[in-house]
Amino acid sequence: MALPVRKATRARPAAPVALLVLAAVGAAFFVIPLIGLVLRTPWAATWDQLKSPEVLTALRLSLLSSVSATAIALVFGVPLAWTFARLTFPGRAVLRAVTVLPMVLPPVVGGVALLLAFGRRGLLGSWLATTFGIHLPFTTAGAIIAETFVAMPFLVITVEAGLRSMDTRFEDAARTLGASRWTVLWRVTLPLIRPSLVAGAVLCWARALGEFGATITFAGNFPGRTQTMPLAVYLALETNPDAAIVLSLVLLAVSLAVLIGLRDRWLGAS
Amino acid sequence: MPWKAVAAFTAAVALCSSCGNSPPSASSSSAASGTITVFEASSLTAAYTAIGNDFQKNHAGTMVKLIPGGSSTLVAQIQQGAIGDVFASADQPNMQKLVDAGLVAGSPSIFAHNRLEIVVGAGNPKHITGLSDLARSGLVVVLCAPAVPCGRYATQALQKAGVSVKPASQETDVKAVVSKVALGEADAGIVYVTDIKAAGATVEGVEIPMGANVVADYPVAVLKDSQNAPLAKAFVSYLLGAGQSTLARYGFTGP
Repeated sequence: MALPVRKATRARPAAPVALLVLAAVGAAFFVIPLIGLVLRTPWAATWDQLKSPEVLTALRLSLLSSVSATAIALVFGVPLAWTFARLTFPGRAVLRAVTVLPMVLPPVVGGVALLLAFGRRGLLGSWLATTFGIHLPFTTAGAIIAETFVAMPFLVITVEAGLRSMDTRFEDAARTLGASRWTVLWRVTLPLIRPSLVAGAVLCWARALGEFGATITFAGNFPGRTQTMPLAVYLALETNPDAAIVLSLVLLAVSLAVLIGLRDRWLGAS
Repeated sequence: MPWKAVAAFTAAVALCSSCGNSPPSASSSSAASGTITVFEASSLTAAYTAIGNDFQKNHAGTMVKLIPGGSSTLVAQIQQGAIGDVFASADQPNMQKLVDAGLVAGSPSIFAHNRLEIVVGAGNPKHITGLSDLARSGLVVVLCAPAVPCGRYATQALQKAGVSVKPASQETDVKAVVSKVALGEADAGIVYVTDIKAAGATVEGVEIPMGANVVADYPVAVLKDSQNAPLAKAFVSYLLGAGQSTLARYGFTGP
């Protein structure tokens, strides 16, 4: 006997109660701390905090550095993801593990590793300093590098997953029709994995925006130069906890707006 | 107070990441086992570890659990109900917060002082001899941020000496200043004498004359909610007495 097609059920699956309860606990775990923060916000002082030059400086720097880090991650991360997804070569598994290591590495340790690589006496840093006079620690460029180091893996694994799950027959068809490798990449592959690209870029940006440990360790903390929002929040907690909460809310509002906006617009979620 | 939730969270994170002990709520300082929990400012950790060991030897059957952290973090933690017996702060204002909140038994005692020194790389490659050298152009100087005590003290010292410094970075804690100099990223910084002693051979200190120096007072107190007040009091007396020689070994000066 053929089973009837039950469209209604597909659209709204019957949920086991236990599952819903667990999901509710899971959601509450994220929602309650947020509510706590909102309830404790000194709303009367919020506007004064927001228009203070320190906050605007930190916010501007945070946006600049997180967007730059995402751009760098796209330029280098997409080719890396493509390499991992499409090529087989000796040591690929190890190399791939190394490139996603910053996701689990304590960011402070990442910051120290960056100093050993790009610091004044680092492997590359000493060469950069003597040859080009480039110093990365304590500069905005250093903050961007720290954020890229920590955030790029999120883009790489998301794009790699997209490449692995896409139907490669479209690429084959384009090739048989005479398209060059570049044309296939630009006109077929990348458009097909656009949701993964956008998701990866957004994840990467969000991680970069919240980055603290690697930035403070590698780039230090100076207002207008390397003091991003998370650093400003941390220091404000020492002296002016109300300001810290307001700063955190600004960061939350910006991220939430972007995440929700992009999700509806690009990721096809309902 | 509106910020307690955030502060408590930070405190919890700092607690778990820095000490590895069981949380104070689980420590159950019962008189029978003779255990006390001591909240201590991070700059005291090395000295307190030694003092705790000595104390345990002199008082058989006792155990001293150390919870290190930034003074302000520890205060937030205690205000949020963390259970412990003794609090040792790196500055007076943080101790005062607990006194004002009625969380301290008796009154705090100053048990040590700390002074500032200029930290430079081993061998003093930039030939720094005093605070005025820190204004030299091309020198990478890092200080603590003005919001944390070591930054406040460094600013006071520079003002006293009439020196204006453009720091490359305002670090969030004193250990970060030392590590930037130890790694060679910065040429000099202003930190506590005790931090230079603790850092070993990678850095050395350049003295700041008393006229320009700032003395940090370290107060200690038994907490009101101590579950082993006799042992906590014994520990504080030990700190003020026999423990002084150990503190001196780590660079602190007596009260």
